[in-house]
Amino acid sequence: MRLHRVGTHVELEDAGVSLGGQIILRELTLSLGASEVIGIAGSNGSGKTTFLRLLATLTAPNQGSGRVLGAALGTTEVYGIRRDIGLIGHIPTVVAELSLRENLEHATRLIGGDTARNERALQVVGLAEAADRKVEQSSFGMLRRTEAARLLITRPKLLLLDEAFSGLDVDAQELIDALITRTRESGGAVVMVSHDAGHLADRADRVLGVSAGRLERVA
Amino acid sequence: MTFWDQAVEIARVDLRVERRIGDVLRIILPFAVIALLVFPLALGVDLSAITQLGPAVFWAIGVLFGMQVALRQAADDRPERRDLYSLLGVDPAARFVGRALSGSVLMVGFLIVLLVATFVLYSPRLPSGWPGAVILALLLTAVGLTELGTLAGEVTAGLRSRTALASLIVAPLAIPLVIGGSQTLESLARDTSILPWLLLLVATDLALAVAGVALARPLEEASR
Repeated sequence: MRLHRVGTHVELEDAGVSLGGQIILRELTLSLGASEVIGIAGSNGSGKTTFLRLLATLTAPNQGSGRVLGAALGTTEVYGIRRDIGLIGHIPTVVAELSLRENLEHATRLIGGDTARNERALQVVGLAEAADRKVEQSSFGMLRRTEAARLLITRPKLLLLDEAFSGLDVDAQELIDALITRTRESGGAVVMVSHDAGHLADRADRVLGVSAGRLERVA
Repeated sequence: MTFWDQAVEIARVDLRVERRIGDVLRIILPFAVIALLVFPLALGVDLSAITQLGPAVFWAIGVLFGMQVALRQAADDRPERRDLYSLLGVDPAARFVGRALSGSVLMVGFLIVLLVATFVLYSPRLPSGWPGAVILALLLTAVGLTELGTLAGEVTAGLRSRTALASLIVAPLAIPLVIGGSQTLESLARDTSILPWLLLLVATDLALAVAGVALARPLEEASR
């Protein structure tokens, strides 16, 4: 039996993921500690998003083993730690028929949070004036800001960012940077994926590449 | 956040979304009323046949179009939203219960309007004591049909042709609900006990609720 190292947020050992009979990721070995930020670079279709889904416990490994926030991947243990994971995916995840404010309220209520904090979160992300806009009337950047406000409320211990800087203006990029800093300072860990290794190098402690489903050191 | 708090929040937002997009009120309900109208036109001028057939047509149209009400959530259930709920720590069983709650509210409203339309178009001759029996059967059918639709939505989540597949699951499994609903009134007319039919509806509702809650987590994990 292997002991989980205290303070390690992510630990993968020879983990592999196959989807629809196709091997997407193989022999992944990685350790990610508290307050650490890593970047994962790779071309389109290299498995970056699947890698993030593995860490988000939304995809289980078919091979090897791993632990995220102490929970063994592919077991029922992950149900208890999902609430501590924050994910910003390719597409902003919001309820299309609600306003930005209502989306934030919905998430806050679902986690049993205090909705009184929402106004402050909306102010911080620069949505105080536009919070009553419907999703369909909002720009991509505004939806990203709504996600950022949600992460301010949920305070994840593991923050996963999938091309989170794409399509954002400088202010919104600074907001994501602030989220990364805040997560790091509170002892959390951050994993960012992007096709742009240079972009990641500016923000991450180390950058790994994904090639043919394997992780390799880039910088 | 307790299980019930999460379920109520899911139901609350679901009803708010329905109020805004109006799938049930603006699309499904008018079509169902038109279907009710088509039957007497097809039967011709035989008024006694129209009067006699009214309750049966109500249950048939109610269940057929009710399936659309029950399945409407599945069409809007994007994988990203399911992932978000998972990462917010929402219990999949609470999601099932929440969706079944909001769907039941809509289904009861839908069936009541359809019942009123049946009275206007068919003037059915109903046995004495019908209101209590019909309302009870209507409520139990509405709950069962919604649970069935919600469960079918979960079973087909992540599959292509999801809506069509879900309909194929719901149609045969709705038969006990059609029988229970329609036979309640028939038994009342024949002056026999309605209890067996109400028990059939209750048993179906309970079985679907237990299946939905028990299978919610495995189905959610399997849908990814």
